[in-house]
Amino acid sequence: MTVVSTNESSTEVAGLRRSPLAGRRDELAAAGVEGLRGVRLGEEPFLSQVNLRVLPASPAAAGVEQALGTILPREPNRVTGDEHDAALWLGPDEWLVVAPDGRADGIVEAARTAMADSPGSVVDVSANRTTLRLAGPTSREVLEKVCSLDLHPRAFRSGQCAQTLVGRAQVVLWQVGTEPAYRLMVRGSFADYLADLLLDAMAEFTHR
Amino acid sequence: MTSPHRLDSSVRAGRVDRTRRLRGTVDGVELSGHPGDTLASALLAEGRIVAAPSIHRGRPRGILAADCTEPNALVQLHGACPEPMLTATRVELYDGLVAESLSGVGRVGPEADTAVYDKKYVHADVVVIGAGPAGIAAALSAGRSGARVVLVDEQRELGGALLDGTERIDGHPATEWIGRAVRELVELPEVRVLTRASAVGCYEGNYLLVAEKRTDHLAEAGPQQPRQRLWHLRTQRVVLATGAHERPMVFADNDRPGIMLASAVRSYINRYAVLPGQQAVVFTTSDSAYTTALELLDAGARVPALVDTRPDPPAHLAEQVRAAGGQVYPGSAVVGTGGQERISSVRISELDEQGSLTGTPREVECDLLAVCGGWNPVVHLFSQAGGTVRWDPVVAGFLPEEPTGSLPKVVGAARGTYDLAGCLSQGLAAGAEAATTSGFRVAVPPVPPVAGDRPSTRPRPLWLVPAEEGTSEQWHTHFVDLQRDSTVADIWRALGAGMRSVEHVKRYTTISTGQDQGKTSGVNAVGVIADALMAGSPGEVGTTTHRPPYTPVPFALMAGRDRGGLHDPVRTTPMHSWHVAAGAVFEDVGQWKRARYYPRAGEDMDAAVQRECLAARTGVAMQDVSTLGRIEVVGPDAPEFLNRIYTNGFAKLPVGKARYGMMCTADGMVLDDGVSMRLAEDRYLMSTTTGGAAGVLDWLEEWLQTEWPHLGVHCTSVIEQWAAVAVVGPDSRAVVGRIAPELDVSAEAFGFMEFRDTVLRSGVPARICRVSFSGELAYEVNVPAWYGLAVWEEVAEAGADLGITPYGTETMHVLRAEKGFVIVGQDTDGTVTPLDLGMDWVVSRRKDFVGKRSFARPDTARTDRKQLVGLLPMDPQQQLPEGAHLVDPDGPRQPPVPMLGHVTSSYRSAALGRTFALALVADGRRRVGEVLCAPAGGTDIAVEVTKPIFYDEEGVRRDGRQYE
Amino acid sequence: MLQIRCPWCGDREETEFRYGGQAHVDYPRDPAALDDRAWGEYLFVRDNPKGEFAERWVHTAGCRRWFTTVRDTATNQMRAELPSARKPVM
Repeated sequence: MTVVSTNESSTEVAGLRRSPLAGRRDELAAAGVEGLRGVRLGEEPFLSQVNLRVLPASPAAAGVEQALGTILPREPNRVTGDEHDAALWLGPDEWLVVAPDGRADGIVEAARTAMADSPGSVVDVSANRTTLRLAGPTSREVLEKVCSLDLHPRAFRSGQCAQTLVGRAQVVLWQVGTEPAYRLMVRGSFADYLADLLLDAMAEFTHR
Repeated sequence: MTSPHRLDSSVRAGRVDRTRRLRGTVDGVELSGHPGDTLASALLAEGRIVAAPSIHRGRPRGILAADCTEPNALVQLHGACPEPMLTATRVELYDGLVAESLSGVGRVGPEADTAVYDKKYVHADVVVIGAGPAGIAAALSAGRSGARVVLVDEQRELGGALLDGTERIDGHPATEWIGRAVRELVELPEVRVLTRASAVGCYEGNYLLVAEKRTDHLAEAGPQQPRQRLWHLRTQRVVLATGAHERPMVFADNDRPGIMLASAVRSYINRYAVLPGQQAVVFTTSDSAYTTALELLDAGARVPALVDTRPDPPAHLAEQVRAAGGQVYPGSAVVGTGGQERISSVRISELDEQGSLTGTPREVECDLLAVCGGWNPVVHLFSQAGGTVRWDPVVAGFLPEEPTGSLPKVVGAARGTYDLAGCLSQGLAAGAEAATTSGFRVAVPPVPPVAGDRPSTRPRPLWLVPAEEGTSEQWHTHFVDLQRDSTVADIWRALGAGMRSVEHVKRYTTISTGQDQGKTSGVNAVGVIADALMAGSPGEVGTTTHRPPYTPVPFALMAGRDRGGLHDPVRTTPMHSWHVAAGAVFEDVGQWKRARYYPRAGEDMDAAVQRECLAARTGVAMQDVSTLGRIEVVGPDAPEFLNRIYTNGFAKLPVGKARYGMMCTADGMVLDDGVSMRLAEDRYLMSTTTGGAAGVLDWLEEWLQTEWPHLGVHCTSVIEQWAAVAVVGPDSRAVVGRIAPELDVSAEAFGFMEFRDTVLRSGVPARICRVSFSGELAYEVNVPAWYGLAVWEEVAEAGADLGITPYGTETMHVLRAEKGFVIVGQDTDGTVTPLDLGMDWVVSRRKDFVGKRSFARPDTARTDRKQLVGLLPMDPQQQLPEGAHLVDPDGPRQPPVPMLGHVTSSYRSAALGRTFALALVADGRRRVGEVLCAPAGGTDIAVEVTKPIFYDEEGVRRDGRQYE
Repeated sequence: MLQIRCPWCGDREETEFRYGGQAHVDYPRDPAALDDRAWGEYLFVRDNPKGEFAERWVHTAGCRRWFTTVRDTATNQMRAELPSARKPVM
């Protein structure tokens, strides 16, 4: 079986990559404000992302966990690990394994080997979504303008994730810090829209 | 500028800030007032009670109310945020305000509203609507539990009716209690207080919409500060403390300026320190207006008559009024008014037990008539949420039935409790209960002692005060709905026409259909109908349905930020910036922006498309096809699964090969199509149409999860993992050979419908597939999306010397239509089977698949169904409009004209040198060679029916030049 | 707008879901064995009660899982129905 590698080790090739919001890096950086009512937005491009489907009670799941050194959360909308190495619950038999740039091939290979012939699926989706990071004391207030989820700390905390709608875009929303800080993982084609939407929602805090 | 009717602060301080003066203009006349004033209170302070004339009859009208019930004083605001149809009683005065009185109809300005309107989604445990005494009490007791509480009030400050009165709580003026409560609420971390916020909708599941005005009251707002915000509240419990609205009275000439609700008079005196008249008659059916009379007297006005419909009003109240210098007329009614414009006198008559006039009327001079026809508990939100109401004869109003389940709890005046102690006690209890049932157990706090009011004695509602002359059907100046200019005579005409239901009468008379939605007229209309039908009570007539919004909501607020670029996501591919730089004209395909064509200087679409088509047919061309849906289908049962989903077989597809597949719904109609590659024994990469991507994934999951959970298959959307470049045309082999040097691209080594994984010259890993949607030799180069732009440029560079031509969706359409390749959703519409398309080859006869059984249904098996055919206009330069109907040229031309079918795709072909089209035509395959007629724009276009293929029918071109 | 309880993700807005029609209309085991009337009823005939109605939803914008709820068509009150449309065996 041949597998197309999406994480070429050669830095020359990696230099050909362009993330969906590459052209807006300065604009996003300039929009942020610091302080007690501050909020910042930026792109975290090229995170390794692997979609994993495996029955949670199966030996294959245990094997994958061992191979990756990660616990797959069984509780819905939970994340194990930290923002560098994490497994996000996406469904009762589905997870998103997230790691720094360049790790997808290794994760895919390790997981597929561990899974062997058991039913399940391991798919590299690193280029499928890019990641926006929204952080700062008012970031929850910003999100509340464009997302109907209950994001109050009693309902949604650091280490939780949700697949939901932000504006009209489907995202994986992941709270990564108590500041609060969020990651919004969104398909590349929606990245400009999502950035526009968040910048617009931030404006009342950033234009003062 | 003087404000002659502003009370001295020693008489009434009011809730206005006299240290600051604000200036605006109304109808071109300057107006001044203070922070805390509404437009109405500022106008009244200057003696300006007259509003614009009424909508239909042009009668003089004046300010009637002090709240959102106002039917007359409509204004249009000019300035930075022009807005029509606001009520002067709800517009806060600000410096520079420019308003114009409206006769019931506003105008939307032509200029775009550039203010920011946004939305906010907030979840709570308890939401309390209304911050009068009951609401504040509820928010306090709920808030102390630690529950998440939202308190909503439409006024600028909390307090509700307490701000209009002189009651005392805990031995102090009620405003001090309010102040303490506000301070406590603000300090509770989980309590949120929204002022200037109107709860406009209350829906099932305790879902509320609250329209908040944030900067309307400011002369200037900061940049990007939302002017208004629509709050979407989801909560476990709702407490409605929405208060009650006072009803006007229905009598002859009851619409003169100077006639005002008694509660509004109190509000203007106590809250705004404005005395709306010097000589006031009070006309009431209940106790509450006695307080108005006393406060008028206290504020320096004369009260020559307090007219009470009840023959024996409470003695202590009557005595208090007399002691203060007023006159009381029990068992009487105001039967008429006089005056040039503003009221100058009333006629008072005694009533008998039946409510008929008796005795000799007397005339009393006045400049103000305060009326109280009783009180309507504000049950709008409760009713919207699904609660029911019943008529209560004791309070003479429609009261909410005791709620069941999670329906809102109603407290205070909104449930007919009009005394302060009762309101506080109900509010405290309801707030604690709501918190407790939400999981935040808390005790009910003790009720503070109060002074200044007491429970009312029974009112005597009088729905219709007889005129001194004539009969009901002639009473054209007994106004029921001031905003709609509807009268008792109008109701009688509706009843005379046979209507009995209040819903019918309402629509016939337009009562309660105005901007105020009948807040002062709805129940009075019910009363008049009950009176006319001699019903026992208004309860027998029933009420109209309360629907959102409770108060008008600007469209701009409903739209929020969903305007312009944020209205709908614009999806773009990784190569989008290149297309933009190349001057592409874009087309919306679902949410995608796809390049439609790339015009060169001086080219129109036809010229550009002809050039692009020619390049694809004779040289080499390239298209961004990244938008196609892609799903990885993985698992040991993946072959079996695809066999069931697709009409054709996929189980035997060898690894490394691809196959076109079509899927149907169970009724046998085409759902989607695309090419699937077999990546491994247990792994396929399915592609779908651009528009069908999300729906197909849901479709696959539906079968896997609900019908065939035993199949070991998993689906993962990888639509945007990939960017894809179609390289098309006889020279495409050369171009692909250059960018993929490790690949043997010869026809022998790399066959049609095969794919190869390789590394491009640039080092980018790619999967290249030989598929063709044009009939030409073609390749699809798939790379991880983030390489999309680089590889697109690589292809363009590699083909530059061969004149590689970027092409868009329009050329793609022409090329595929010349070959008769259908586009699902354009040439099909959910009523078309693969057999109707003539695609029998894609329908397996050996295996079962979703939809197969339907092909044997009698209707699906008919041979004269609409079938896909080609059309050639007899005039080869004439292009058919897509959607044009096709008729028999010899058939009837007067309606009904039998339709034979319609044009689904129509283009101009460079290869054919003429126009052509695809169409669905009844019994179409049998009609090949016939001439049909397409009536289009007043002329008939004659067309010949052909087979749906126009180019390279033998299919020799797909392998490239050497096979020609 | 309805708030719908996904058995996995909890309460979410209706916009995150797609409707799947009446529940418990099983795909016939052997469609070919059905006569035209029976097949036509499977395809097209559904109940339309006033009151409780078992129906399917899929959490499209979330976990993509299909499930079954019982909704009162008159009041829109919803309650979970278990087992939810053959939850995958875990």
